[in-house]
Amino acid sequence: MTTASIPWMQSDVARRPLVERLHDWVTTVDHKRLGILYVVYALVLLVVAGIEAAIMRIQLMAPHNDFVSPQVFNRMFTMHGTTMIFFVAMPLVFGFANYLVPLMIGARDMAFPRLNAFSFWLTAFGGVLLHFSFLGGSGLYGAGTAPDVGWFAYAPLTAKTFSPGHSTDYWTLALLVSGFGSIGTAINILTTILCLRCPGMTLGRMPLFAWLSLTMAGLVILAVSPLSAAQMMLLVDRYLGGHFFDTQAGGSAVIWMHFFWVFGHPEVYVLVIPAFAVVSEIIPVFSRKPIFGYPVMVAATVCIGFISMSVWAHHMFTVGMSPAANGFFVLSTMAIAVPTGIKIFNWLATMWGGTIQFRTPMLFCTGFLFQFLIGGLTGVMLACAPFDWQLGGSYFLVAHFHYVIVGAILFALFGGFYYWFPKVSGRMCSETLGKLHFWLFLIGFHLTFDCMHVPGILGMPRRIYTYEPGRGWDAWNLWVTIGVVFQGLGTLVFVGNLVWSYFEGDRAGSDPWDAWTLEWSTESPPPVYNFAALPVVRSRRPLWDLKHPEDPDWKYEQ
Amino acid sequence: MYGLIAAEAAIFTIFVVAYLFYVGKSLVGPLPNEVLHAPVFLTICLLSSSLTIHRAVAALRRARMRTFELWWAFTIALGAVFLGGTAREWHHLIYDQGLTVRTNLFGTSYYSLVGLHAFHVTVGLLGLLTVLLLGLGGRVGQEHTERLDVLSLYWHFVDAVWIVVFTVVYVIGR
Repeated sequence: MTTASIPWMQSDVARRPLVERLHDWVTTVDHKRLGILYVVYALVLLVVAGIEAAIMRIQLMAPHNDFVSPQVFNRMFTMHGTTMIFFVAMPLVFGFANYLVPLMIGARDMAFPRLNAFSFWLTAFGGVLLHFSFLGGSGLYGAGTAPDVGWFAYAPLTAKTFSPGHSTDYWTLALLVSGFGSIGTAINILTTILCLRCPGMTLGRMPLFAWLSLTMAGLVILAVSPLSAAQMMLLVDRYLGGHFFDTQAGGSAVIWMHFFWVFGHPEVYVLVIPAFAVVSEIIPVFSRKPIFGYPVMVAATVCIGFISMSVWAHHMFTVGMSPAANGFFVLSTMAIAVPTGIKIFNWLATMWGGTIQFRTPMLFCTGFLFQFLIGGLTGVMLACAPFDWQLGGSYFLVAHFHYVIVGAILFALFGGFYYWFPKVSGRMCSETLGKLHFWLFLIGFHLTFDCMHVPGILGMPRRIYTYEPGRGWDAWNLWVTIGVVFQGLGTLVFVGNLVWSYFEGDRAGSDPWDAWTLEWSTESPPPVYNFAALPVVRSRRPLWDLKHPEDPDWKYEQ
Repeated sequence: MYGLIAAEAAIFTIFVVAYLFYVGKSLVGPLPNEVLHAPVFLTICLLSSSLTIHRAVAALRRARMRTFELWWAFTIALGAVFLGGTAREWHHLIYDQGLTVRTNLFGTSYYSLVGLHAFHVTVGLLGLLTVLLLGLGGRVGQEHTERLDVLSLYWHFVDAVWIVVFTVVYVIGR
């Protein structure tokens, strides 16, 4: 009976054949289904990339370990990084935006539904191509011909001479393909937000989620394109014998770093801005207060977007740039802390004096606040060039960016999962399992990434295959690996929760959280056309106005 | 389309930066000042095609189908002349001067940048040609003005990029 409750599965025949239903999913152009496809795809690869991380951690658990060979270890960290960034984090972000943006701005679909489907399948194909590399060459246990050049693929390591065979080609082509997909989706999101808002939904009344998605889409367009360009150059080098990154012919290895990080740093904000977006939706609802300082939040986000385009070379302090260049990138990197700080203060101010309900989504957002603060602070430390010279190549840096990517982005997205799951499936998630997931993951996260800072400070380099005993790293590395077990258990509970709740969860109704944005005004799950009649909006909290006609928001907004 | 153009502009920027970065860094010849001749005629052709496509869409807006088709075909001819000229230039470079992608840094960055632009001209021409065929089949009408506006925007963009490429490759690069 569960499937019958979902309108798109209803038909004249109670259950249509499986092939037919699969065919519907493959050919769909509905933004909600594509959003779900993105998210499911990302979750599958989250598990894959998590297994790759676990293999690395088992290898580093004790000194002189030889669980895998050095070659396999190189392949693991390359695949882990590439998969997590391009095929987990980006699809998650796009999935959320795809599903929610049209609902939030009162539109019936994205601006270009077919481009939307095309973009998804490009991204999906990229991930499949990348993982296809496991099947070549030395077989799966030697990890096939998986790329082994790091997710940044520094030249000249990627030249034909140093990377024979096809491993690097898998990396390049997979990212090129999925990059085109990302650009397509970004253009789509941008156009949707700018052109398809419902009557009354001015830019100043859009939910913060839509504003932040807009910024994210702009960043994707400006950041992923340089990566695609650089990938084309790498292909010219590898297939046509070009010399862009060939130091023997006068080419430059440093220019690859510039090109890569021109993409690489804005990419961090492509991922974190949607996390901000999720938090900006959840915290007000569970604090029972409107967001504090809406215009400032928008301004700070756009500001972050702009500054993030001028900070890339802080990944390259150790390359030997001029002091003037180092100084510029130190300052611009630190400048980003200012709008980010404004955002954190505004979230705190939203919670301040509110009636806070610690449901699962809110728990994850609270975790986000603390962890993002710490991750941001170690980022400011690393922005000091002299400090970066000492620790830039160490585990300290690995700990820093995992603090941001797992501790902030993933926590926020987990919160988003619990928050919007009732809308997507029509069922509530189990609170007990959700809280179990939260605590397991929180403990695992802190065990892993808090402990990781210390061996970094003690001099343990990144990407190291194994190490000598007696350097003070052993115990810390063991703790880090134990933390991974907790995170793995947490993820299992999470996936189990999703599956269980989908079949057995309580009915959600259209608005289980008593929220204020437009997506909660439709049924759960929303019908294919989203809104029977396009809504008309008069304030930033349209549902509040509906529920409280005696005291609507638009009286107080200009 | 503006989103696509922004993305394309970013891609071209990276190629232009690479070209400028490698100017004068080739270790072996031939060098740009030995082999490149500024294709002034081709540039005039391509830039004037912006004007013709503008006239074509303007004619379509006023539902003058004959004028539209004429200007549209003219645009295609100008684009084709440009593309043919590029092909001739490359033929000359490859067979007479021995400059290929493999030869030196100049070859690599030159063929990449100019080739990327030529690729965009080709895509544009295919689009224009499709519209012309549909137009001759009587399938294009005034109601398509908005869509052809988008196509002509792309064509203008390709022209504008050529100004940058021309400046970088044939003026600064020599």
